[in-house]
Amino acid sequence: MSIALEPIPLDAPVRGRSLWQDAWARLKRNKAAVGSAAILLVMALASIVGPWLWPHPYDRVYPQYVRMPASLEPYPREERVLPELEQTLKRGRVDVIAVEMTDSGVRAEIASERGIDPRITRYVARNDLFSNPRIAGTSADGKSAVIEADVARLRFIAGTDANGRDLFARILIAIRISLTIGLLATFVALLIGVAYGATAGFLGGRVDNVMMRVVDILYSLPFIFFVILLVVFFGRNFVLMFIAVGAIEWLDMARIVRGQTLSLKRREFVQAAEALGVSNRAIVLRHIIPNTLGPVAVYMTLLVPKVILLESFLSFLGLGVQEPLTSLGVLIAEGARNIQGARWLLLYPSVALALILFALNFIGDGLRDALDPKER
Amino acid sequence: MLRYVLRRMGSAVPTLFIIITVSFFLMRIAPGGPFNLERPLEAKVMENLNRIYNLDKPLWQQYLLYLRNLARGDLGPSFVYRDFSVGDLFANGLPVSIQIGAAALLLALLVGTALGAFAALRQNSPLDYLVVGVATFGITIPPFVVAPILSLVFGVMLGWLPAGGWGNGALANKVLPVITLALPQIAIVARLIRGATIEALRSDHVRTARAYGLPTRVVVVVHALRAAVLPVVSYLGPAAAALLTGSIVVETIFGIPGIGRYFVQAALNRDYTLVMGTVVVVSIFVVLFNLLVDLLYAVLDPRVRYD
Repeated sequence: MSIALEPIPLDAPVRGRSLWQDAWARLKRNKAAVGSAAILLVMALASIVGPWLWPHPYDRVYPQYVRMPASLEPYPREERVLPELEQTLKRGRVDVIAVEMTDSGVRAEIASERGIDPRITRYVARNDLFSNPRIAGTSADGKSAVIEADVARLRFIAGTDANGRDLFARILIAIRISLTIGLLATFVALLIGVAYGATAGFLGGRVDNVMMRVVDILYSLPFIFFVILLVVFFGRNFVLMFIAVGAIEWLDMARIVRGQTLSLKRREFVQAAEALGVSNRAIVLRHIIPNTLGPVAVYMTLLVPKVILLESFLSFLGLGVQEPLTSLGVLIAEGARNIQGARWLLLYPSVALALILFALNFIGDGLRDALDPKER
Repeated sequence: MLRYVLRRMGSAVPTLFIIITVSFFLMRIAPGGPFNLERPLEAKVMENLNRIYNLDKPLWQQYLLYLRNLARGDLGPSFVYRDFSVGDLFANGLPVSIQIGAAALLLALLVGTALGAFAALRQNSPLDYLVVGVATFGITIPPFVVAPILSLVFGVMLGWLPAGGWGNGALANKVLPVITLALPQIAIVARLIRGATIEALRSDHVRTARAYGLPTRVVVVVHALRAAVLPVVSYLGPAAAALLTGSIVVETIFGIPGIGRYFVQAALNRDYTLVMGTVVVVSIFVVLFNLLVDLLYAVLDPRVRYD
């Protein structure tokens, strides 16, 4: 059996555009929102893939490179290598006749009255600057030799922190953690807020009164107090903690959804569903909630930066993510402590945070404009 | 009007009561106690301490005791700052926090309203974009980034103002904290005023005022702005309560002896009475300012009546 494709008649009526298509077209015209979305996407991808590709693991400590300023030049600096090699060899009590740089590393001619002990290489190996030291040749009397070693060249394009860890790798992982936290908490807030608000709005009457009264009371609770208690209570398990934050941030969401529901439930399609005998549960799930998604989507994009800021704030107080894992707030707090000597430690994480927050704010504003029917 | 105020005050009491109850029991569920130090105290010492502070009684008795003392206005002794009662701590710290917060609030209102109104009057001009951009910047840069930078630039590099400290309330010491606190508020107020003014300028009553030939200045200030401050008023209620009760970040970074610091410290130290005291003070501020907002609404918007 075959299905014949029907030819589209030429005098077909002009297809109407749905509200969503309209909104999408408007959103695409908003340059700030599109640009922000692109930036955000790049940052998100970098934070997911970056830590695997980047040569420095985020928790690797380079003890000899503590608080190195950001630079594109590789470390160790050329002028530092040879004196370092000389000093290292002198510790092995040999005379250093000449040191020079080679393509792959360094080369030194050494001599000693008592003969060269091949174990001299161990002194070199012990210095973190050099690796794979070897004796390239010994003179016939065994009193002089040539030593070669590789020099590991490391780049820290954003500098290193107070423990000698690569800041860029840490920023990448921090973006990952901060975004995860933001999305996770927002998702929890969404789930609770939408369910609660839709139920209250749909049932109405006394139930609605009581439910919204509860929200009012929770509203006037000092919110930081709650978070701190939760942190104390849950330990510093960050997943649990941000489920908890999401569980607090749902209040606005519930109010928005309730307001929407109140107006939706008087609409014809809901009354039709009621007349057909659809259960309350199904009406809320199939008819009410999908129609509240517009304002909810806008609020969500604005809630993500709020949660990220909150996380940074908690981290700033020392209640956030624990080492060696890190988040933008932790990095900024560290940067603020080191601001006198190492400004890049504050600068780069702050820039990353500001970029994310900017992008999310612009996307949220763009969405709001796009979904606003008055703008048509 | 008076009846409305009294009724609202009356309805605040159960709210406060619930807040206090929830906070009291939540605090006690959390593991640890005020005297669980890193080096454990001797059992006998611990027992005596618990008896002095009534911590050995059953929880519900402690709760009733706390409520009774609270009704008398006694917030109890601080467990960690041993020489002070919670009331003393607030008597010292609250005026400091209120000074800084009120100054920041005033600054935010003046600057924010001016910026927002100018941006709205020149919608889609470079000035408008500048204000919106700066406002977004102000909202996205958190105070714990702004504070160290201000302190570094004006305190350390330029040396114009003290980098931190209270200096017994010298004016120079207040400048940076007030600016730090005010910046995000300026940004939010400017955005709210801009949006609302644009809307108000298009509304019928403003068009009518223009049609009567009133000068632009009068139209904007008397008719447009009056309608435009409504969202700001409802935003500023909770914001003012938060500002006046002190900011943890600003007080920590600039070393200001307000009450903002107590909250986190007290919660971490399990200083039960101090935490409860902070909760009570903050909630009273929140309730009070929400009431104030509703009353202001009636003054500003003739459609709202409280009878």
